[in-house]
Amino acid sequence: MHPAFSVVFFTTATGAGYGLLALLGMFGGFQIIPPDFWLGLVGMGLALGLIVAGLLSSTGHLGRPERAWRAFSQWRSSWLSREGVASVITFIPAGLFGIGWVFLGRIDGWVGIAGFLAAIGAVVTVCTTGMIYASLKPIAQWHSHFTLPGYLIFSTMTGSVLLNALLQGFALGSKVQLAACLLLTLFGWSWKVATWRYNDRLEISTTANTATGLAGGTVRSLEWPHTEENYLLKEMGFRIARKHGARLRQITQLLAFALPLGLLAIVFALPWPLAALLSVLAAAIQFAGMLVERWLFFAEAKHTVTLYYGR
Amino acid sequence: MTCLPSQSGKKLGLVIDLDTCVGCQACVTACKEWNTGGHMAPLTDIDPYGGHVDGVWFNRVHAYEHTTEMGGRTVNFPRSCLHCETPACVTVCPTGASYKRASDGIVLIDEDKCIGCKLCSWACPYGAREFDTDVGVMKKCTLCVDRIYNDNLAEEDRVPACVAACPTSARHFGDLGDPLSAVSQLVAERGGVDLMPELGYRPTNKYLPPRAHSKRAASVAAPALEPVRAEGGFLGWVDRMLSN
Repeated sequence: MHPAFSVVFFTTATGAGYGLLALLGMFGGFQIIPPDFWLGLVGMGLALGLIVAGLLSSTGHLGRPERAWRAFSQWRSSWLSREGVASVITFIPAGLFGIGWVFLGRIDGWVGIAGFLAAIGAVVTVCTTGMIYASLKPIAQWHSHFTLPGYLIFSTMTGSVLLNALLQGFALGSKVQLAACLLLTLFGWSWKVATWRYNDRLEISTTANTATGLAGGTVRSLEWPHTEENYLLKEMGFRIARKHGARLRQITQLLAFALPLGLLAIVFALPWPLAALLSVLAAAIQFAGMLVERWLFFAEAKHTVTLYYGR
Repeated sequence: MTCLPSQSGKKLGLVIDLDTCVGCQACVTACKEWNTGGHMAPLTDIDPYGGHVDGVWFNRVHAYEHTTEMGGRTVNFPRSCLHCETPACVTVCPTGASYKRASDGIVLIDEDKCIGCKLCSWACPYGAREFDTDVGVMKKCTLCVDRIYNDNLAEEDRVPACVAACPTSARHFGDLGDPLSAVSQLVAERGGVDLMPELGYRPTNKYLPPRAHSKRAASVAAPALEPVRAEGGFLGWVDRMLSN
């Protein structure tokens, strides 16, 4: 599948943004974090900023973005529509929570409840994003049990590392939060490696035989219907060289998991402001790594239409 | 509404005979010609005379070499929308632009509602939908909905353009929901198959596999033709000497 940058950035940014929003809402609801003005402004600004930037980026993928409002109508059948509805609904409690925290200086009572609701909305929205991909039967690498948990795990992981950077920045960091980041990053790493192993060994029942209805033997593409690449090949027939795939998987592991793990482990022993500096660096490197991961998620996915072209 | 409608039982579709298709591309050209002025018009061409030709087509004919223990054969393979009974391209549509008609099962796109998110083309395993980058919306085969019910056409012309154009009658149009229709009987007689049945889209269109190799056909090729006139000169002399 063609890795359109608008969609790669969209899922990575909203994943991190909703992860951070869910954690802020939950910790706010339980009143674990202080209702500090600047913490609220920067934290909610970062979370909502990532979400809005991601959602705006996703409209860049549309052929007719001016009609995007229509996408809220078919939530009964379409995961993409559900994602649109869930993302917009989540803005209501998230906005109330942000206003209560930043402008009223409180996270108790109704503000705390809004925080919980925002956290629930964030989780639901990430689930709908994951289901858009997991529900597509023609793409075996996506239509697997790894896809939906993957979106949730990576959202929590990036959100948690962002929250750690935020708290460290305000000298509010804790060993527990650091340990959570380490565990989540390790978990995310294992999940990604397991997903790759599963995809590499995937035995896909759809073949050139079933695609053409020609039973038995081998079916070899002799001639394409067209000489140049058409929409199908540009959008669904994207291929990366095997050697680049292997190299990009190494880069993903280094940036998204290994380096953030190393940096966060060092943060345990560092005083403020060095701890804050490394925490922010870890979050930034992990975000870059997740962009590569998401690019690969598309680039390594094979659509059944490529069978018609002998690919 | 992109939820699938309860069907009336009528399932209009095509039956494509892979035995008789000669890959002449007449159906491809006829489809383009009709539909670039039809329901989903235009079928935009990008850089049609340049080095990077691209454009929207509803019907594309591939050629395959099918090799079994019986030997190899070339199979020409027209590929277009199969008007599935459970089309995921319809249910994934976030705007309601994609829909399946309850009355005859044809899958269509309301261009005015399409936002061009391309998700339907990802959801279609058959590559039936093509994005028009010029207009910014998705396009697909309409089963010539503007021909088959068109009172302005002579009755024999009320078939999809691809069916009307086929010189070998490899394409048949009819109601596959009616077991007594000519197309249903043809499918039953020839063992018509679904494409990618394992994905569960339940395509309406059926493909008739090539017939088995016939025992009646000559098993040895005809002998090579003799030259009409004997070769003269030195080579002619060599030929005569060696032939003795």
